[in-house]
Amino acid sequence: MAAVRPMTRTDGAFPERSVRATIDGRAVTVPEGTTILAACRAEGTEVPTLCFLENLAPVNVCRACVVEVEGSRALVPACSRPLEADMVVSTRSERVDHSRRMVLELLASSVDMSLAGPDLERWLEEYGADPARHGPLAPTGADRQARAGRHGSVAGEARATLDQPVTIDNELYVRDYSRCILCYKCVEACGDQAQHTFAIAVAGRGFDAHIATEFDVALPDSACVYCGNCVAVCPTGALMFKSEYDLRQADDWDASRQTVTDTICPYCGVGCTLELHVQDNRIVKVTSPMDHEVTHGHLCVKGRFGFDFVHVPPPGAEDTRR
Amino acid sequence: METSLSAGAADIGTAEERAAVDEILSPPPSPWVGGERSPRALHVARRDGTTLPPRSLLLPALRALESRVGVVSPGAVNYLAVRMDLPPAEIYGVAAFYALLDVGEAAPPVKVHVCDDVACQLSGAGGLIAALRERYADEGEASLDGVQWHRSPCLGQCDRGPAVLVQRAGAHAADIEVVAATREDVVRAIAAPGPSPTPPAVVPQVGDPSLVVLRHVGRVDPTDLDSYRTAGGYESLRRALQLGPEGVVDWVADAGLAGRGGAAFPTGWKWRAVANQADRTHYVVANADESEPGTFKDRVIMEEDPFAVVEALTVAGYAVGAEQGYIYIRAEYPLAAARLRHAIAAARQRGFLGDDVMGRGLRFDIDVRQGAGAYICGEETALFNSLEGRRGEPRNKPPFPTTHGLFGKPTAVNNIETLMNVLAILEFGPARFRAVGTPDAAGTRLFCLSGAVARPGLYEAPFGTRLGALIDMAGGLMPGRTLQGVLLGGAAGSFVGPTALDTPLAPADLKAIGATLGSGVVVVFDDTANLTGTVLRIARFFRDESCGQCVPCRVGTVRQEELVARLAAGRPHGTVADELRLFRDLAQVMRDASICGLGQTAANAVDSALRLGWLGG
Ligand SMILES: Cc1cc2nc3c(=O)[nH]c(=O)nc-3n(C[C@H](O)[C@H](O)[C@H](O)COP(=O)(O)O)c2cc1C
Ligand code: SF4
Ligand code: SF4
Ligand code: SF4
Ligand code: FES
Ligand code: FES
Repeated sequence: MAAVRPMTRTDGAFPERSVRATIDGRAVTVPEGTTILAACRAEGTEVPTLCFLENLAPVNVCRACVVEVEGSRALVPACSRPLEADMVVSTRSERVDHSRRMVLELLASSVDMSLAGPDLERWLEEYGADPARHGPLAPTGADRQARAGRHGSVAGEARATLDQPVTIDNELYVRDYSRCILCYKCVEACGDQAQHTFAIAVAGRGFDAHIATEFDVALPDSACVYCGNCVAVCPTGALMFKSEYDLRQADDWDASRQTVTDTICPYCGVGCTLELHVQDNRIVKVTSPMDHEVTHGHLCVKGRFGFDFVHVPPPGAEDTRR
Repeated sequence: METSLSAGAADIGTAEERAAVDEILSPPPSPWVGGERSPRALHVARRDGTTLPPRSLLLPALRALESRVGVVSPGAVNYLAVRMDLPPAEIYGVAAFYALLDVGEAAPPVKVHVCDDVACQLSGAGGLIAALRERYADEGEASLDGVQWHRSPCLGQCDRGPAVLVQRAGAHAADIEVVAATREDVVRAIAAPGPSPTPPAVVPQVGDPSLVVLRHVGRVDPTDLDSYRTAGGYESLRRALQLGPEGVVDWVADAGLAGRGGAAFPTGWKWRAVANQADRTHYVVANADESEPGTFKDRVIMEEDPFAVVEALTVAGYAVGAEQGYIYIRAEYPLAAARLRHAIAAARQRGFLGDDVMGRGLRFDIDVRQGAGAYICGEETALFNSLEGRRGEPRNKPPFPTTHGLFGKPTAVNNIETLMNVLAILEFGPARFRAVGTPDAAGTRLFCLSGAVARPGLYEAPFGTRLGALIDMAGGLMPGRTLQGVLLGGAAGSFVGPTALDTPLAPADLKAIGATLGSGVVVVFDDTANLTGTVLRIARFFRDESCGQCVPCRVGTVRQEELVARLAAGRPHGTVADELRLFRDLAQVMRDASICGLGQTAANAVDSALRLGWLGG
């Protein structure tokens, strides 16, 4: 990843200068350093994003957010590129729409995006992505290449996918990489953007690039400390809390029956804000708000997973735990 | 962060593995970072954080493991983690990026990489592969005698294929390049005690007085600094020191030199931008990754005129104000790397490098860093990441290398041929340099001729030379054969048909027919060539070499290969017109939305083949 990535100003310092530019024919004025994405959002212009998250530095790899900048040969990622003086930006030109459609279509043709949320579903529709035209699904995918850059022969009859079994190697969260769009968020969250544990990295290359512990060892054999921060940032459900996964497997996950209750983590003096997602009077997952000034959405294993005691019945009461 | 060892391996490597790493990182300073544990030593407290080896030594250390024991094992990764204070997952992620590093518990001691790329397909790669399958095992399987073979992308020996690279693990083993390889040659190379001599490069114009870039080749002993100096070596650096840094930049700009690495960026402009950066740590990097299929020009220069490369990079360092230069050379060029290392050592010994260059109180030195099998590491920002010990993933631009390059510092990165032209500019002056070529493209170009010509090899000709004339220089086609087409500029370039023979090889003329010179590749296909196989090979190449970072290229190159395979087999999904529409959609998103030049050009050659009607399109 790039060592230097321009970010939106978050330090609250008074901006030295402002920048005037044109977005979709409208004049805009923003503080210097503001990304095109932030400027668009301030204008109420929607730009699809998959690998961008407010609490992580942009990695600009998915290319769903591309926009057209006059004078630039290639399209430009809105999430990372600062708006420059006199830039003329178009967020819905023919080329932009084409690239967005193809990015979404290519992703949907290779990974299972069924749990990637309502926005994604809407974009697939709006931009007209048609994954089926790349052919029928190949029966199995994700045969890990023995060596980077040397893949087996290709007949082209069926389209290669990342289809592979779910990895369940611990009690707290599961990894279903057939849903992974390689947005790098989990790696960034586990690494120097939040957790500083570095349990996972991108390995392999090309279509075979994948998220892995060293030598793909099971999570309990890796450096993972089960903070769940990777799960919290994953946009596609590739990483999922086991509690949620089990309910989904039992066809019992129902967001409409869930309430979210804010509380403060009881374990230590930091006092992280927790959001308890409760279904049928049971905590089914714990998150923290992305815009929270202490946590930025990140927690530790205790706040994230240490809630079982809540479900222990008081003495004498009937134990309803599953 | 605390270094945590992987529980996936209980050990920190074998003695042999640790020795391989220590050779690069120097022995561990204390038992706390992997050294010998005696009760006494464990009583000494140290602050080892201050003596950590730089991360840029990670790739050299991984290469050392591959060459000594043939694999990067979990134990060895643990040892690296301890020595370098890096997470095992990250080390694994880096190692697993490269085609010439094996990762896992064990690997066969001998690995044979057989080029089956565009040019070698024309010179018998298919037969060689069949023979190796018969002698050893199926592709990717180890034979009983510990030999494993793989098909490989271009090895930079296209004028004398089929080419083979043999990797042998062992304490003193060296990788071996085999050219015009037969099965017996490969067997012999595997068994040979040391590196067998690679035959000298093929430069049919040797001695021609009109040569500029190749003027020393064949007249200078590449292993002897005195021979280089007798031929006028180091006169250009002397001239540079007289001109002063700005004067050098002015000359290079006046000469109209444009980069020869593919993008044709004005070199003087680039150097001025770096020289003017306020941050005083600047770097110069010679890009010797040369992995564009069909290209071998930089290898010939480095093998035959290594002192000139060293001198030219010194000039570049002087011009932009850098004290450290790097030559990043692809792993597949062991002879060129050895010649460069030898030349650097000799130059250092004689005061042409070091703390007092030519007695002028200037500090400049050069390190050679080898890649490990990745075309993408020739992209300048991927090269920086690779050199810094990270995965060779390109960075988003801007910011550009001139402001944020190697180690985040202002960096001038140039192709080897570009640098050689700088020496010529200093020797002949900008006016004489500019007098050759066309008004918008000054000087000469190196052309890598391979395929169906009588005398394949490296040629130098002025910009503007007609394609047909160039092919005639190489002896024309074989008697009785007719021309089907030419691949210009490599896999990232495009095919042209026989009508292009009259086209002058200059940027504007080529642009008019939708082609580029790229890295000077000219692969000639006569009527016996199987062009479908060639196009399939190119589609395969891009899928294999995509770094995988961005969606348009990571998935687009897969879908492109599938599509080409369907067309080649005559089994389109729907109609051929449907497939062509799908192809255009893929080509456009790759061109428009990919992060780097690999994805942006990945559809060029296929596109041109379709336009020529070669896939039933
Ligand atoms: C995929 C890719 C591979 C490249 N490989 C090389 C290479 O092997 N050698 C090289 O000099 N330039 C290569 N380049 C171009 C470099 O990024 C860069 O433009 C060049 O080294 C600059 O040197 P020049 O200005 O002297 O040409 C490559 C570019 C791309 C996109
Ligand atoms: S749970 Fe935390 S430590 Fe484990 S992989 Fe995810 S982010 Fe890293
Ligand atoms: S697992 Fe999720 S967060 Fe990680 S790269 Fe894949 S999609 Fe992104
Ligand atoms: S275009 Fe291809 S090689 Fe370049 S960054 Fe994207 S995935 Fe990597
Ligand atoms: S959101 Fe900008 S590239 Fe992914
Ligand atoms: S060496 Fe085989 S094609 Fe270049």
